[in-house]
Amino acid sequence: MSGYEARFEVWRGDVEGGGLEDFRVEVNDGEVVLDIIHRLQATQAPDLAVRWNCKAGKCGSCSAEINGRPRLLCMTRMSVFTREETITVTPLRAFPVVRDLVTDVGFNYTKAREVPAFVPPADLGPGEYRMTQEDVDRSQEFRKCIECFLCQDTCHVVRDHEENKPAFAGPRFLMRVAELDMHPLDAAEDTGLDRGRTAQDEHGLGYCNITKCCTEVCPEGIKITDNALIPLKERAVDRKYDPLVWLGSKIRRRS
Amino acid sequence: MSVVDRQEWDVVVVGAGGAGLRAAVEARERGARTAVICKSLFGKAHTVMAEGGIAAAMGNANPGDNWQVHFRDTMRGGKFLNQWRMAELHAQEAPQRVWELETWGALFDRTEDGRISQRNFGGHEYPRLAHVGDRTGLELIRTLQQKVVSLQQEDFRETGDHESRLRVLQECTVTRVLKEGGQVSGVFGYERETGRFFVLEAPSVVIATGGIGKSFKVTSNSWEYTGDGHALALLAGAPLLNMEFVQFHPTGMVWPPSVKGILVTESVRGDGGVLRNSEGKRFMFDYVPDVFKDKYAVTEEEADRWYDDPDRNRRPPELLPRDEVARAINAEVKEGRGSPHGGVFLDVSTRMPAEVIRRRLPSMYHQFKELADVDITAEPMEVGPTCHYVMGGIAVDSDTAAARGVPGLFAAGEVAGGMHGSNRLGGNSLSDLLVFGRRAGRYAAEYAAERSEGACPHVTDAQVDAAAAEALRPFSAEAEAGEPGDGPPENPYALHQELQQTMNDLVGIIRREAEMKQALEKLAELRVRARRAGVEGHRQFNPGWHLALDLRNMLLVSECVARAALERTESRGGHTREDHAAMDRAWRNVNLLCALTDPTGGLAATDPVRGQIALTRERSEPVRPDLLALFEKEELVKYLAEEELSE
Repeated sequence: MSGYEARFEVWRGDVEGGGLEDFRVEVNDGEVVLDIIHRLQATQAPDLAVRWNCKAGKCGSCSAEINGRPRLLCMTRMSVFTREETITVTPLRAFPVVRDLVTDVGFNYTKAREVPAFVPPADLGPGEYRMTQEDVDRSQEFRKCIECFLCQDTCHVVRDHEENKPAFAGPRFLMRVAELDMHPLDAAEDTGLDRGRTAQDEHGLGYCNITKCCTEVCPEGIKITDNALIPLKERAVDRKYDPLVWLGSKIRRRS
Repeated sequence: MSVVDRQEWDVVVVGAGGAGLRAAVEARERGARTAVICKSLFGKAHTVMAEGGIAAAMGNANPGDNWQVHFRDTMRGGKFLNQWRMAELHAQEAPQRVWELETWGALFDRTEDGRISQRNFGGHEYPRLAHVGDRTGLELIRTLQQKVVSLQQEDFRETGDHESRLRVLQECTVTRVLKEGGQVSGVFGYERETGRFFVLEAPSVVIATGGIGKSFKVTSNSWEYTGDGHALALLAGAPLLNMEFVQFHPTGMVWPPSVKGILVTESVRGDGGVLRNSEGKRFMFDYVPDVFKDKYAVTEEEADRWYDDPDRNRRPPELLPRDEVARAINAEVKEGRGSPHGGVFLDVSTRMPAEVIRRRLPSMYHQFKELADVDITAEPMEVGPTCHYVMGGIAVDSDTAAARGVPGLFAAGEVAGGMHGSNRLGGNSLSDLLVFGRRAGRYAAEYAAERSEGACPHVTDAQVDAAAAEALRPFSAEAEAGEPGDGPPENPYALHQELQQTMNDLVGIIRREAEMKQALEKLAELRVRARRAGVEGHRQFNPGWHLALDLRNMLLVSECVARAALERTESRGGHTREDHAAMDRAWRNVNLLCALTDPTGGLAATDPVRGQIALTRERSEPVRPDLLALFEKEELVKYLAEEELSE
């Protein structure tokens, strides 16, 4: 396959507003959408704003929407489009735009701070941790997350519902709660912190109605819904309706 | 001049990769109010791309391992040019630094008995790399990021403000380290999102900005790696050490062109992958150098047995240090035995079941599938050398990470020189970040505490105005006409591409005197043209502007590399001279220091021939006798000069 000229529409603008700008640009064998954006910068639009770092699908910086679908620019091959197709690149819709393809993803950093950190077990020093591979597999899957925030962008709870943002952590950070909850040595419970309960009460797990949109866009292929959110929901439900757990929690609270 | 936001901190850390975050955590835990400046978003730093693991002699996989063995491997890997005290501290402290990560929530792959699993890597005598599949860097950065957040949560509970003692400034770039009366007084930089300038006043500044790979065309390095910290140190008056040593990782992707240079982890070889040329031959057996002759297998059979029985067989030559493997691949391609796209074949498909490959090398499987339509469980990969790491860097004190010559300046991680000598072993980078990141944070905090009792130097308005004028220059490139080097505005992207091509072609993996001289001339030309690098638009998130500013740093650092490479008339580690092909023992204890000749620091047009960098030679400190005693005499004679041996 030799080079050809593709038609691109790229959103340009800022908080004040903006619109799609048309470009015709050369495409070569094996290229990804980020290569094309870089070519636009180098040849036609030097101040075109885009975030990117590694260009290898490892850092999760170059998230945007291509033909309306949340994707990493660096992992989207040009060969998935026909030569005739006009390729539309727009910024992540769930977050406020800063400039062109760059959005303010501060929401995610705020949510990250709301999840209590790993609690090390009091009786184990550095070097004394023993965990089997089987027991760390689940949390390791969630730790593959590159924080591209595509799941946060696509989730219908916040995508067009700004009003839900304060109460909802989003799939990424609910998954973080699940990760810590499933960590074999997390000692949160000893400090009176019930991670399962906080998922429901503080991070808005109840908003999620498991449509699996987050799983579909995850570039790391993490089964966010099946492996993190649903088990978390099951735990939350257990706690709520299990009379023994309910009684236990009442007693502990009193003491 | 524009109004500039000013803040006061005890310690400012420039860079938020592994070293920067580890330094920040340490400084904050020792009571220093600490700000971290992050060139991109928090958690996206280049550390995230490290794949293989963290080298630490924990002895989980082989009880024979200990710090002395790790020290020996590190010195051999660096061909004895290492700042030996750094190599010693590194080997001693790395296990503690890894275990500490577990207490912060890191989840490494496990051994059968539940400890941290350790994998084989080039140049390491025993399986030594703590790892998480092939995404160890991600685990490291996320763990440190989450540790920062947990400290902020603590501070919030105490003070009601998450950022009262530890603040991360995202998407900010520092363009100058400021000094007053010879001491560090703070930093000047801009915020990408708004384009606004800021000054952070602080008695201690830790530079942890990583490497310089973006000066080369084929590189595994990310966008941020423009040598910022190296240049900041030079401009502040601190010398750089042994900048000629640049590591070309033997296995980068070579096809398709747009992904050329992306890293293929050494774990592929550590876990059993082999290199073959177009004739199907495992060529590495032909490239075992004299100094390593008795440590590597001679036959394929022995090499294959080693994976299961390392005590009675020698290692496969695919696991030689990176410099050796990269040169070998380069030679095979040059001899016409390369793969269709100019690399060689790296094969795991015939070595392991598909299922094992997908489990142990998930990112590699994904990367080749997605970017090159290659299924690595069924066919070999095509790989070739890619610029990966700079061993040279800011000259520092081994124990305290203090930069030489500038009180208050510290450096850790890739930006610091010395630790790895002439060539870094795989896995020694992540451990380096942790060991020396922590040390830099500690000593920066102590230095700041001593200063806060007396008077702290302050940043003057004149300094701020000068730094702002320098940063704004690309917006008025045309107005500079009439100066020496008069001409039309230059496109920063085009200049960058020319620089990358120059360094790649003329100061690359194999170097020749004439080509390096040519490179210096080209760099001089680019320097003059870069003064006219102009940008369109305004200051809000303007990548053209950012690149124009980064060019200053890349040009400074590139000149250091070219000048030092021209000076060192031998081949050692990451510096290979076609015209001086052998390692020369007389160079073993010679360090090359780069300093800035022009005190205005590139603000004025400099003389194109003389350039901006002056080189000096210095003799390195003799290796302590008890450390030398860890080696056999027969091995030492290969490295050390006669007079060193007799002492």
